[in-house]
Amino acid sequence: MSEAPLLALDRLSRHFGALAAVNGVTLSIAPRERRAIIGPNGAGKTTLFNLITGHLAPSAGRVLLGGETVGGLAPHAIARRGLSRSFQRNNLFPRLTVLENLRLAAAADGKGSWSLLGGASRLGPSLARARETADAVGLAGRLEEAAGALSYGEQRQLEVGLALATRPRILLLDEPTAGMSPEETARMTRMLEGLPREVTLLIIEHDMDVVGSLADRVTVLHYGEVLTEGSFDHVKADPRVYEVYLGSA
Amino acid sequence: MIARAAGLAVLVAAIAAFPLFMGSYPVKLLQEILIFGLFAMSLDLLMGYTGMVSFGHSAFFGIGAYVAALALVKSPGLTSALLLPAAVAAVGALLIGYFSIRVSGVYFIMLTLAFSQMFYAVAFQNAFLGAEDGLVGIPRPTVAGWSIGSLGRFHAYLIAIEGLLALFLWRVTRSPFGHVLRGIHENEARMQAVGYPVRRYKLAAFVIAGTVAGIAGALYTQFQGSVSPDAFFWTTSGQALLMVIIGGTGTLGGAMLGAAAFILLQSLVSSYTERWMLILGVTFVLLVLFAPGGIVGTLRGRVGLRA
Repeated sequence: MSEAPLLALDRLSRHFGALAAVNGVTLSIAPRERRAIIGPNGAGKTTLFNLITGHLAPSAGRVLLGGETVGGLAPHAIARRGLSRSFQRNNLFPRLTVLENLRLAAAADGKGSWSLLGGASRLGPSLARARETADAVGLAGRLEEAAGALSYGEQRQLEVGLALATRPRILLLDEPTAGMSPEETARMTRMLEGLPREVTLLIIEHDMDVVGSLADRVTVLHYGEVLTEGSFDHVKADPRVYEVYLGSA
Repeated sequence: MIARAAGLAVLVAAIAAFPLFMGSYPVKLLQEILIFGLFAMSLDLLMGYTGMVSFGHSAFFGIGAYVAALALVKSPGLTSALLLPAAVAAVGALLIGYFSIRVSGVYFIMLTLAFSQMFYAVAFQNAFLGAEDGLVGIPRPTVAGWSIGSLGRFHAYLIAIEGLLALFLWRVTRSPFGHVLRGIHENEARMQAVGYPVRRYKLAAFVIAGTVAGIAGALYTQFQGSVSPDAFFWTTSGQALLMVIIGGTGTLGGAMLGAAAFILLQSLVSSYTERWMLILGVTFVLLVLFAPGGIVGTLRGRVGLRA
């Protein structure tokens, strides 16, 4: 853990009127770490993601990516610095095929995307990356299917695939298994476990089996603040965590 | 694929050879269709491919028309006829686009409309631009020593330019850049989240569309030998919108077909009755209700034609 953190949050806050959705959160994610963020509904998990990705401006505090502050950058600029995310609700290009979805994400670094007259040959590297990603998220057999025609579970896989295709240094996944059947959840978990270790993972998740099998460390968020942080077993044994979850149920 | 290419080649040949076996009125009608079709195609790049519904596309048509008129009087060459109008329209699109693309939906429609009406007001009041009468007696250019004053020569000139620009637009829609535009149309927020500077792409699309619209305007000046403030008026934008919708958005070819349907219907109905606007209106309502995919959409559905 002596390595410099890849992603650091420094007393990050976001207020909506009188509500402190995120309140003084300090976090530090090491390269290659797999970190889960858990907490009851309304704990501020998605707001925290929105602050990190530039979709929301913080009321106070800083976000540091690879030691540099990314405050004030637009979401696309932050994405280009190697931080990419998936969304809690499927956020795809429904009328484009799976391959086109992934290719667009893979080409987001801009190389070749400004070509006005070039044809398919210019798309070579990003097409290869798209195919590779389709393999990784288990959609290799569905390349020519329109994204909107996929099953819900497959759309969740593509949702993660879009984030992964950009070759991120750190991948933020917002409840990747939300709404999935147990079989689909198991498949998604296997898929995430199979991701290359170089991709640092920050994942919001409600399913404790998923958290237990994926995360190196777990951060518990409650009312916008960090309640506790540690290994899954450590957090699980904390009576306060138990209370928070019971209290919200 | 081969059948389609052959069909297209026959169509282009027929359009090119039209003056050989037709009188001057049908040829002029065809030329008007080609010019407005090009204008509508440029709008389709915004509407159909990028999802930006502009109600101010007449601004660039008018800029091209007026710049061509002013320049052709001074020196009737290709620079005056095409290059200068295209360049000024591009600069205009860059400026208007820079402000307009900051908003979307209805606000984008209103802003583009407001800009085009500002140009209309300037053209309508400015004596230098001929005020409400516009500019008349505009000569056609001389290209490589050939005056294109005659109907036949102008036709050849028009076909050549239209062909090049249609090919250009078609390539753009199928290029990596064009795919980015489709992605923006489908899901702008996600394009941003994966790392695309969406605004820059939208501005580029706006400038390309504006430039082509400017060339269409310049061609219209040469076609008519005059230009009036109506080129800037919102009805000009509205006509292009209707043409795109009638033909089928996001197809390019549909915009040309829509222009043909619009202009033919207009000339046909207006030769029978003064209430032609009413009849056109009812026709469009029925078209939109019963053929929401436009001409191309309906053809694809019925005959199974594919993109």
